[in-house]
Amino acid sequence: MSRPDLPGSQCPEAEPAPSLRCPDLARPVLLDVQEVTRLYGPGKGCEAVDFRLHAGEVLGIVGESGSGKSTLLRVLAGLEAPDAGRVVYHRPGDSLETDLYAIGEARRRALLRLEWGLVHQNPRDGLRMSVSAGANVGERLMALGQRHYGQLRAAGQDWMTQVELDPERIDDVPHTFSGGMQQRLQIARTLVTRPRLVFMDEPTGGLDVSVQARLLDMLRTLVRQLGLSMVLVTHDLAVARLLAHRLLVMRRGRVVEAGLTDQILDDPQHAYTQLLVSSVLTP
Amino acid sequence: MNGYNFAYLDEQTKRMIRRALLKAVAIPGYQVPFGGREMPMPYGWGTGGMQLTASILGADDVLKVIDQGADDTTNAVSIRAFFERVAGVETTTATRAASIIQTRHRIPETPLEPGQILVFQVPIPEPLRFIEPSERETRLMHALEEYGVMHVKLYEDIARHGHIATTYAYPVKVDGRYVMDPSPIPKFDNPKLDMSPALLLFGAGREKRLYAIPPHTRVESLDFEDHPFEIQRWDERCALCDSAESFLDEVITDDAGGRMFVCSDTDYCERRREESA
Repeated sequence: MSRPDLPGSQCPEAEPAPSLRCPDLARPVLLDVQEVTRLYGPGKGCEAVDFRLHAGEVLGIVGESGSGKSTLLRVLAGLEAPDAGRVVYHRPGDSLETDLYAIGEARRRALLRLEWGLVHQNPRDGLRMSVSAGANVGERLMALGQRHYGQLRAAGQDWMTQVELDPERIDDVPHTFSGGMQQRLQIARTLVTRPRLVFMDEPTGGLDVSVQARLLDMLRTLVRQLGLSMVLVTHDLAVARLLAHRLLVMRRGRVVEAGLTDQILDDPQHAYTQLLVSSVLTP
Repeated sequence: MNGYNFAYLDEQTKRMIRRALLKAVAIPGYQVPFGGREMPMPYGWGTGGMQLTASILGADDVLKVIDQGADDTTNAVSIRAFFERVAGVETTTATRAASIIQTRHRIPETPLEPGQILVFQVPIPEPLRFIEPSERETRLMHALEEYGVMHVKLYEDIARHGHIATTYAYPVKVDGRYVMDPSPIPKFDNPKLDMSPALLLFGAGREKRLYAIPPHTRVESLDFEDHPFEIQRWDERCALCDSAESFLDEVITDDAGGRMFVCSDTDYCERRREESA
């Protein structure tokens, strides 16, 4: 399978006249995923997945349940070692490449904690349900060595405002929040350290439609404001359409189609993608 | 006493515990697993401390046992009597006269001296346990120095109570490396851990872990820049010895609201009363 890259990334190296130079479409590669395979059994898991994520890009991974989306995300996010293949992270402004599973566990965990973020489908997996919202938001800052209570609290209130939560509720524990609010709190907790790369697993799963719309709107704003790069796993094509620049369509552990979101959703080529697109319900 | 080895435990077990202790002293604050033995009393009554005491006890040692600072409570009296019977060692209630002091939840008010050994009874040795139930994960967190969550607890205290409300088992960082639970001593005693001239040993019998602070080791209590670590203070003085510096217990004297404050360290209190008399 050819590498699904942004069009324009293979600009000829030849030196055209200055006025005719290729526009700088090829932004630096952030994550280079090379032939990643993680199988629990034949067809269960993900197999030979190969793509690049560029800085500032939102990549959607869509597919039906059991197609290996979440497995792939776990491998990318450093939670599960692949059977084969490499996940290489290029830190911006740093020529070193970091092979996620070749570095030690200490460095990998530090990377996950400081430069990456993971938003779980269920906010209960990503939040500490028994400590206050402020402590949840501040935890990553405290892990970074922030030891000033007043500043931690100010950061907590600031981020709660950014994700449209009432900063007055900073001392409330997450289980007094609604599902949508918990999800927003989880996003605030992840983004507080300004990660470069965020992984999201079905961020709108289990939320009703109007709450979903607000959350998506907020996510889109944050992605633009912070220049986030994101890998977004979803089974909801509407979510993918709204957030993702590029899509990978997965089926039975393999990527069957890849390309720009609009291109894939408007002109699906693979039979499975066609089926997926045509199965969307419209009210 | 016939039928028992000196100090109850067999020599192999004592050697095993002493080897673990050497490791604990070499890595201050690190929890060393050891093969905990059944002791003739229930878990939670000080089986960890007793195993350490039994392992380091020599025939010419002088033993003192305190429980919440007192020499005369059930637990202290029983453990002292136990070692009198199975080891035949001399016992004392005077802090200065003791070479080994087994303690539950206090450090004596009288400053410890070089050569003395303090043995703590520890219920839960893992300071990260409240936030992370998995032992594998907490060991990894210690190995990688991932101690951010310790401050989550302190943050939560300030958010709820306006100040750090943790008053006992207050987490400390030993020699700039391992975060350690100093057993349920009041935070009043935390400053006594820092640069202590005595050897401090901690034994958890149920969890089968032991750890140590060697003499003259840096021990810092965790805190925030704008909410520094503070110890408890009382407006009252000890009703018996008039001390203003010691850790006070509030004792209810009748059912009409009568109460008095007395030193929790009975030996310290008695000595002060003898001196003033």
